[in-house]
Amino acid sequence: MMEERIPVTYKYLRLHKKFPSVWCPGCGIGIVFNALIRAIDRSGLKKDEVAFVSGIGCSGRMPVYGDFDSLHVTHGRALAFATGLKLAKPDIEVITVMGDGDALAIGGNHFIHAARRNMDITAIIVNNSIYGMTGGQYSPTTPTGAKATTAMYGDVEQPFDVANLAVVAGAAFVARGAVYYAFELERLIEQAIRKKGFALVEVISHCHIHYGKMNGMPEAIDMLKWQKENTISRSQAEKEGGAGGKIIRGVLVDRSLPGYVEQYDKIIAQAQQRLGRAR
Amino acid sequence: MQGNEACAEGALAAGLRFYAGYPITPSTEIAEILSWRLPQVGGKFIQMEDELGSLAAVLGASIGGLKSTTATSGPGFSLMQENIGFAAAAEIPCVIVNVQRAGPSTGQPTSPAQGDVMQARWGTHGDHPIIALAPSSVRETFDLTIRAFNLSEKYRTPVILLMDEVVAHMRESIILPQPGEIEVVERPSPTIDPSAYLAFDNSIDVPPLASFGEGYRYHITGLFHDEAGFPTQRLDEINPWFERLFHKIERNRADIIRVQEELTSDADIVLVSYGASARSARHAMRIAREQGQQVGLLKLLTLWPFPEESVDRLAGRVKKFIVPEMNRGQIVLEVERVVRGRAEVRGVSRVDGELILPAQIEKALED
Ligand SMILES: Cc1ncc(C[n+]2csc(CCOP(=O)(O)OP(=O)(O)O)c2C)c(N)n1
Ligand code: SF4
Repeated sequence: MMEERIPVTYKYLRLHKKFPSVWCPGCGIGIVFNALIRAIDRSGLKKDEVAFVSGIGCSGRMPVYGDFDSLHVTHGRALAFATGLKLAKPDIEVITVMGDGDALAIGGNHFIHAARRNMDITAIIVNNSIYGMTGGQYSPTTPTGAKATTAMYGDVEQPFDVANLAVVAGAAFVARGAVYYAFELERLIEQAIRKKGFALVEVISHCHIHYGKMNGMPEAIDMLKWQKENTISRSQAEKEGGAGGKIIRGVLVDRSLPGYVEQYDKIIAQAQQRLGRAR
Repeated sequence: MQGNEACAEGALAAGLRFYAGYPITPSTEIAEILSWRLPQVGGKFIQMEDELGSLAAVLGASIGGLKSTTATSGPGFSLMQENIGFAAAAEIPCVIVNVQRAGPSTGQPTSPAQGDVMQARWGTHGDHPIIALAPSSVRETFDLTIRAFNLSEKYRTPVILLMDEVVAHMRESIILPQPGEIEVVERPSPTIDPSAYLAFDNSIDVPPLASFGEGYRYHITGLFHDEAGFPTQRLDEINPWFERLFHKIERNRADIIRVQEELTSDADIVLVSYGASARSARHAMRIAREQGQQVGLLKLLTLWPFPEESVDRLAGRVKKFIVPEMNRGQIVLEVERVVRGRAEVRGVSRVDGELILPAQIEKALED
């Protein structure tokens, strides 16, 4: 009977190796990681069919803890490494986990191009609106006016809408979830994993230690409440005839587009056929 | 055949199956040729959004088990430095071709230079060993490209092929070896039980490298790591790793380093050169010999690790070393370091985007 109480995630953790984690108590990243592991379990993929690729940042530390092939690369380059890995091993489900700074500032170029190519990768962006690991500097998703250690007068820049950026860049699947809605998040990630093509899940998360402290929400619970009050599911918004200024959660785009991996397979077939004819 | 073409064909002969790059003169033909040739052999090509992404994709593909490369020139090479360091630290085989062009900055794209010798050695941050090779003819480009792949796979390390514009764009008629005559090295792959696999085992110079997806389920990071690949701050784990990282190259210098000596046995003066300038050096040597001067040539095919042994041996015997190179003096510093005052050392340099001509070297010989 005892066994039933062991969470499914334990099957996938490098338990005896690397715990406790590097994350601050109460951080949203652990919840994202849990949802991701459960989504992998739901998708039915075997451990050897999954590879994690991450960049640098608190969010980028996730791969250490999961029992998969895992690759922790340079800041901002996770999607570019993942692109090469996917082309070398098309049968592996390549999942990248990135912070908002990692994916959108230093890695912004790779992000829009991976989406444009519709490279068959699942990308998870943990959007905590701040640079967590380096101590709370403003990021491309920091709301205008919010405080950060490099924006003590309030950020004067406009934030990216991460999910919409992926939509216009050409991603096949784009969804937005929030840490507060962990089970919904799990299902969104599962859909992204099952999707062929570039699939992005933006996760509204929190860094209470830096962002929260500087912006009047010093406890994790304050930030979770904020997520609850300021986000709305897509279906609810449709029912209510509008989002009422809230951030929409759910699947934003799910479309079928040709992707680099299959298109290039056709190129190989064509090149070899021509070569055969020439011989 | 053109030098860049020889590089592309050499890479294919060595087993290349993946190329990611961003176009830049004078390396562009390598990308163009491979975009056409790779799918013919079932390999893959991708034009990335920049050089940072290019080398990143190359490393991703290499971990996926494919022999992988990228080609670039000066500014692109600078952009790749961070991931060259990653490749060295994470011990991921790859070949980076840098067809040098005159610089600094965007410099002179179509002019020859050899200004990236020190960048190849010290361009990244922190300490790590590196291998760099420099061809001086079209055939040598073919051979050294294959050698670059072989060394890279054998030692799990990035290898830099430092070409120059003259060699890259020069056409020479060459006869390529038959596939059977070419030695192709494959990376050692693990045979042990996955649960016992240590991708960074410090008891072996070069631990076997498992491809992702093969069941070994291990971790790779650019952080200081333990033998299993996990981040560590323990000195007793960091130090043995660093030691092995350097040892695997240093202990194998004899296998890695290649030089060619010509008429050095009776020489008073030895010209030390590489790449396109070695061609002019050789010509200058011939003319000097005709005029009765005892001049020899030490041509460096391996630039890093620096062929200290050869210079050191000659330093006891010759009066003077002259080092012609298309930069303000980079390898000449290494020669000086090794000679330690036992002979005179002089550089012949040129950085205006023109090739050093034999006459310039002859003049240095007369002085
Ligand atoms: C080239 C480079 N520049 C800067 C850094 C320093 N750095 C490490 S993590 C980070 C930002 C982390 O923020 P984010 O990506 O949003 O992730 P989080 O820590 O919030 O999860 C920065 C700037 C680095 N490691 N490499
Ligand atoms: S610094 Fe912020 S993002 Fe990083 S672990 Fe702590 S709470 Fe999480």
